[in-house]
Amino acid sequence: MLILLGVAVIVVGFAIRLNPLLVVVLAAMTSGWFAGLSPLQVIAAFGKAFNENRFVSTAYLVLPLVGVWERAGLRERAAAIVSGLRGVSVGRLLVSYMVFRQVTTAVGLMPIAGQAQTIRPIVAPMAEAAAEARDGPPDQETRYAIRAMAAATDNVAVFFSEDIFVAMGSVLLMVGFLTSAKIVLDPIHLSVWAIPTALAAFAIHATRLMLFDRRLRRRPAP
Amino acid sequence: MIKLGFVYLLAGLMFASFAVFSALDRGNRKRLGNTAFWALVAVSFLAGDRLGDLGNGVLVLGLALLAGLGLLGRSAPVTTSPEERLALSERFGNQLFVPALLLPLVVAIGVLALKPVQFGGVHLMDPKQATLISLALAVLIALAVALVLLRQPPAAPLQEGRRLADTVGWAALLPQFLAALGAVFALAGVGAQIGHLVTTYLPVDTRLAAVAVYCVGMAGFTMLMGNAFAAFPVLTGGVAIPILINHFGGNPAVIASIGMLSGFCGTLMTPLAANFNLVPPALLEIPDRYSVIKAQVPTGLLMLLVNTVLMYVLAFRQ
Repeated sequence: MLILLGVAVIVVGFAIRLNPLLVVVLAAMTSGWFAGLSPLQVIAAFGKAFNENRFVSTAYLVLPLVGVWERAGLRERAAAIVSGLRGVSVGRLLVSYMVFRQVTTAVGLMPIAGQAQTIRPIVAPMAEAAAEARDGPPDQETRYAIRAMAAATDNVAVFFSEDIFVAMGSVLLMVGFLTSAKIVLDPIHLSVWAIPTALAAFAIHATRLMLFDRRLRRRPAP
Repeated sequence: MIKLGFVYLLAGLMFASFAVFSALDRGNRKRLGNTAFWALVAVSFLAGDRLGDLGNGVLVLGLALLAGLGLLGRSAPVTTSPEERLALSERFGNQLFVPALLLPLVVAIGVLALKPVQFGGVHLMDPKQATLISLALAVLIALAVALVLLRQPPAAPLQEGRRLADTVGWAALLPQFLAALGAVFALAGVGAQIGHLVTTYLPVDTRLAAVAVYCVGMAGFTMLMGNAFAAFPVLTGGVAIPILINHFGGNPAVIASIGMLSGFCGTLMTPLAANFNLVPPALLEIPDRYSVIKAQVPTGLLMLLVNTVLMYVLAFRQ
């Protein structure tokens, strides 16, 4: 039971907003200690796993490219395009992005977009410009809310569409685990049964985006 | 064959350049902290396989201490001013989208067309790592085009990359830290312990209760572990296979598929899924670290309810 204190360290540490990198190391130490590992063994195990998971941080290779786009004015251009559209709103823009993201992800093109290369330089500036075009310049808090909603839309779209693609890692993980439990099935069946959830995710999140629009309109004039 | 090592080499050189430019950045009072942090990341990418487990562990402690003691500052790399950007955006117009669309296009070509390409039985790129390799190649190609087409100075990619990396700061490394924590938790048996608690103490004697325990359990366990992949074997082995499939005769494809998607509802609601939930607020310069999670919680909870209902309705049709 005491090994679960590592989880408690994470929950408390994140809740009181200590630096998460330190919290993670402390949590590893705590669970490792109660599992009978010495601090040196935990540090070595953590170091080994850190090294094996370097691929996680290779995503930042897009930063130099995104920075160059921004330096040359891409964010301003993205905003200008939206400002010129009639009838545009944050909700409609993000619903359109969600359709694009769900459809491309479902056919295996999940890596063509993302938070660093799409949301920050293109979608978030477009969404802020859409709010400005309809209701005038948003205050800072509203801008933060719009950006958070843009980032959330990317996550929701990807999570609930990725399993429709047969060769997705999570589908292969399910097939592998079920096979080891003597349940053999074709990955395509797992993909098919991911479709109802993908449709429901669209209905729910798109509705929330349209309601978000109404909330933006009703906010008090600055 | 192009392997993951190529991507690591690129990443290592990139972070090394961030370290060097940080050291020269007189606008940042804490420049030595930034230098040390990015230099350690560079060492990890360039020489991680030669450091040994303990060596890597010490490197990780160094990163955590630099971040925890607040030794990283915000850099001030030379970039264009908002006014200059507005003028540039008007001058270049939609040409700006050429390199921006080239990135997804080359990634798509890499993932769809280049992945199976072989020369004399040898793959052009390691098929297991095709996505990361395609992304790295796409970045290089799009950068070359952007530098020429948008007439950017040659140092711009590294200075601009450093500007964005310092915007994200220590949070950039959090996803990799959490992945490593998952491995230590697995070693300590944390997942097995939680799975044991769930399967021992929660009611699974009616079909609806068992479906709810599995779906909500997947979401909750994912929130605690930061990753649905860690929750899936524990709860599918503990609840789904013995009770939903073997005892109640549910369709395994429906149960596994919707079970995993219930886990993803948890991913939307936990700070432990840092790459999705904590890095974006940093990238978007939102002060509230948990702003993206707060925006996702209503969708996450509703989708958890939907998944539970869908599994109950779809898995037991005769």
